[in-house]
Amino acid sequence: LRPAFWRSEALRGLFWQCLLVAVLAAGAWYLAGNAVRNLAARHIASGFGFLWQSAPIPIAETPISYQPSVDDYARALLIGLLNTLKVAVCGIVLATIIGTVVGVARLSANALARGLATAWVEALRNTPPLLQLLMWYSALRALPPPRQAWHWPLGIVLSNRGLIVPTLHWQAAHGLAALAFLAGLVVVLVLRRGGRRPAWPVVLTALVVPPLVVWAALGAPFGVSVPVLHGFNFQGGLTLTPEFAALLTGLTVYTSAYIAEIVRAGILAVPRGQWEAASALGLQRGQTLRLVIVPQALRVIIPPLTSEYLNLTKNSTLAVAIGFQDLMSISETTLNQTGQSIEVIAILMAVFLVISVSISAAMNRYGTVLARRYR
Amino acid sequence: MRWLRRNLFGGVWSTLATLVLGLLLVRLGTGFVLWALVDAQWTVPMTANGPDTAACRDAAGACWAVIGEKYRFILFGAYPYDQQWRPALAVALFILLFVLSAWRRMWRPSLALLWVVLLALILALMWGGFGPLPFVSDTQWGGLPITMLLSTFGCALAFPLAVGVALGRRAERMPVMRLVCVLYVELIRGVPLVALLFMASVMFPLFMPVGLNPDKLLRAQVAIILFAAAYLAEVIRGGLIALPRGQYEAADALGLSWWQKTRLIILPQALRLVVPPLVNTFTGLFKDTSLVLIIGLLDLLTAGSVAIAEPRWSTFGEEVYLMIGAIYFVFCFIASRASRHLEAPRLEK
Repeated sequence: LRPAFWRSEALRGLFWQCLLVAVLAAGAWYLAGNAVRNLAARHIASGFGFLWQSAPIPIAETPISYQPSVDDYARALLIGLLNTLKVAVCGIVLATIIGTVVGVARLSANALARGLATAWVEALRNTPPLLQLLMWYSALRALPPPRQAWHWPLGIVLSNRGLIVPTLHWQAAHGLAALAFLAGLVVVLVLRRGGRRPAWPVVLTALVVPPLVVWAALGAPFGVSVPVLHGFNFQGGLTLTPEFAALLTGLTVYTSAYIAEIVRAGILAVPRGQWEAASALGLQRGQTLRLVIVPQALRVIIPPLTSEYLNLTKNSTLAVAIGFQDLMSISETTLNQTGQSIEVIAILMAVFLVISVSISAAMNRYGTVLARRYR
Repeated sequence: MRWLRRNLFGGVWSTLATLVLGLLLVRLGTGFVLWALVDAQWTVPMTANGPDTAACRDAAGACWAVIGEKYRFILFGAYPYDQQWRPALAVALFILLFVLSAWRRMWRPSLALLWVVLLALILALMWGGFGPLPFVSDTQWGGLPITMLLSTFGCALAFPLAVGVALGRRAERMPVMRLVCVLYVELIRGVPLVALLFMASVMFPLFMPVGLNPDKLLRAQVAIILFAAAYLAEVIRGGLIALPRGQYEAADALGLSWWQKTRLIILPQALRLVVPPLVNTFTGLFKDTSLVLIIGLLDLLTAGSVAIAEPRWSTFGEEVYLMIGAIYFVFCFIASRASRHLEAPRLEK
């Protein structure tokens, strides 16, 4: 007995899908028509030609050279992207470190460490990241001016102009020493491929001796650029502006609370028997964590950690609120100056989708590598 | 004593950690108490030109006078001063709605009706324009009601859409439907909310008929609904996946149609399964509505920032942010604790 043909599931599926496509197409047609009329009324020509017009956007932090009104919008947007990537990469690294420490502290036998870690997590997870960001920014802005700056050990200076750290005068010898280090690294990796790990003195010698020899052979040049008060501001050293420092601190601290919970859940997900088996083997607590627990916990940790990394990257757009010129902020300025809203938003969305997909792909790859190593 | 020994001084490292952390805690704690209580200024003298904040500027501690002076503006924005009992009542109604929804005995289809009635009542109260209530335009709304409005309406209106998208993404025999749903969810989740809000504020007018320009609140609300729906859809899909296959097969065996199966068997169970993550998504959205600061909508956080934009109060941001942080904390903390008690019911496999 077959149902009537109009009751068949395939036909119904076809009907609903056709309806969906028709509705979407009609909606798109209507919206596109409105957009065309609106653009015509505002005398805006669509297209990506505006990218090569000169951009009168002043940009405070430029990782690559840029001159307002000389360079084009494409370069300005590229600088925005570099700033976004800079804060996202630094944030991901720092948040992972802090989050892991806090997450382990939440499981510590020490009640004080446990309590402080819990307070950290609860306070940070239950308030909006934007609020935290504004607080960090206003705290950094309330620091003393350069003349009364706080001087910390190692030549680090903190004032309302930002955090300044001394840097090395980069010379040819340093570059060659870095190359020698890379060569040593290659040697170590080749040795590891043989199957057994080389002993640690061999690794240390391969990594440390070649750069030292190269550096010494070239006369061991060494010079440090220290921040020096010059008029109303400091010169020399590497400056982290208050905007960048506030954004980095805000994102790092907020995300670290989530990562701490992920790490804690990951460690708890390892069955008790694994701890007991490790202690029966005579492993110490540190060894147990490193050799038994963490490899197994990582498998649980990686997927949610990936989504936290994505969240941090997306949250970096909060930079707009404190005036750090990331991709979002420069897109906004570009849009206001050129009126090319559809094109700018399309670029913005495409870039974020590419970043998201890249992070997911990298983490998935790491996950499969892990799965293969600890089967 | 035994507790102390076991929990604070169990070994060299633990003792060391206790000492270091204890010292840190005492230093930070006393610093905070000095700042917030001992050295704090609670009031400022009133002069002909408004409050005189010189005393606050000289004090080493906090200036709580800014809260006393600005709390009405931070909580209710530019709503007419003598009518501010209305937003206050609206906030109370929102809280009533949350409390009732957290009560397991209320989980039945009539809860949806309650939501519709209460939300309509809140809107009527805020807008007014009937009886003794004068009309108040939504451009004058602000503060806590805006935060609650955007997040609650965002979730409530996103929910049906999210259920549809989640079901569409699971429709095995409809590849086009699935593709559309996947694209929607992944596109929205791949883009930051700031970009979406920004898009709503500049692109929305572009796609409307010439001359029609919906107001800022509505534009932000649409963006938040579309944003929330993508995240809710993923949570609901989780519930659909977690439901044992036997439930689907049993419904088919009974000869139920797709609509009957979904309405009577699948959704009631799948939704119950995902109550805790749904609450988490809602708290996330509650925090995320603060991003409307970027398009200049006067929510709780924006109202706070505007309050300290006035030069005489401009150096007391920390005090205002602490107060706003405390409000957010209370709501989110209670919600997260409540969601833990709303543990998912056990399924019989």
